Amino acid sequence: MCGTCGCGSDTNGPSILKPGEKEHVHGEHTHSHENDHHHHHDGHHTHEHSHKHKVLEIEQDILQNNEVLAARNKGYFEAKNIFALNMVSSPGSGKTSILERTLADLKDEIPFYVIEGDQQTLNDANRIDALNIPVIQINTGKGCHLESDMIFDAVKKLDIKNDAILMIENVGNLVCPSMFDLGENKRVVIISTTEGEDKPIKYPDMFHTSDVCIINKIDLLPYLNIDIDKLKNYALQVNPNLQFFEVSATTGEGMDAWYKWLKKNVN
Amino acid sequence: MHELSIALGIVKIAEDETVKAKAKKVTKIELEIGELSGVELESLNFVWESAIKDSVLEFSKKEINIIKGKGKCIDCDTEFDMKFIYDTCPKCNSNFKGILQGKELRVKALEVI
Repeated sequence: MCGTCGCGSDTNGPSILKPGEKEHVHGEHTHSHENDHHHHHDGHHTHEHSHKHKVLEIEQDILQNNEVLAARNKGYFEAKNIFALNMVSSPGSGKTSILERTLADLKDEIPFYVIEGDQQTLNDANRIDALNIPVIQINTGKGCHLESDMIFDAVKKLDIKNDAILMIENVGNLVCPSMFDLGENKRVVIISTTEGEDKPIKYPDMFHTSDVCIINKIDLLPYLNIDIDKLKNYALQVNPNLQFFEVSATTGEGMDAWYKWLKKNVN
Repeated sequence: MHELSIALGIVKIAEDETVKAKAKKVTKIELEIGELSGVELESLNFVWESAIKDSVLEFSKKEINIIKGKGKCIDCDTEFDMKFIYDTCPKCNSNFKGILQGKELRVKALEVI
């Protein structure tokens, strides 16, 4: 069973592909989390019991493997002055559209790199590739989120230049990705105006772990019954430090403030 | 369903530690899971049997210590019980708080033979 994506079999493990590349031969993918870092627990206390039962006091965080590699990614980003963003949302909130618009408008000013996460298809990577931006697609198979070892492998393949922005588009899912640090500088949660104002308290973990909240599709506001202030208040209740941007990736409204924030952070 | 990833993470830890201790298998595993950790116990229990199949944890007894959520208000220093991550301070209603406990997701101990 594949421990990276939580899928039922090895044949469904994540694949990391550039647009135009062929699907990997199953069995060839390596999971670097399998065994190439070792944790030494010097403080093991073992108590001898009868019948040779031994109690091992482990006290180990279950997510420790993911966090160790996330820290490694973070160090890599820091050394190369890469500003890495982990973009998370439900499916259909407009992550890829926001990316496309941002890349098209800023690519002459800032070097961008993109990692696309989806369960299947190269469709999103192809959309980014059409803008001449270096991109890697991670297909997680049945997996519902990206993990730090996948980013570690993808980043090596992307060969990112210094002083760049790396946009990681996570699998569309407002639950699972919240627990997995990828080593990003900032986590950006996207919610669209069609989703209902109480989403932040319905899915609090994602809003709790994010730094920025982009409210997308504001061009649709005249047709909807959503109260944006109420949505923001719910989000602030979960995470009082959230910074908001209200945008429409379709019309470009509000995108300037988001661009300003990006430019400020890359320098 | 990230609980399957979690379950497989637990299996990985158990496998590694069993090898290190030169033991054969695990007879009991103790977990600590916080109420604010983002893990649904029902989902974890649901995937557990298939995750531990053919591993050192197969046939082991699983004991889960659930750790209650507790927070401390940054504005008025009140300590309070938390059921949800968005709970506000019961005294001053502030959203700003530190989480004291309840985020735990840990393998506490293994009993091996």
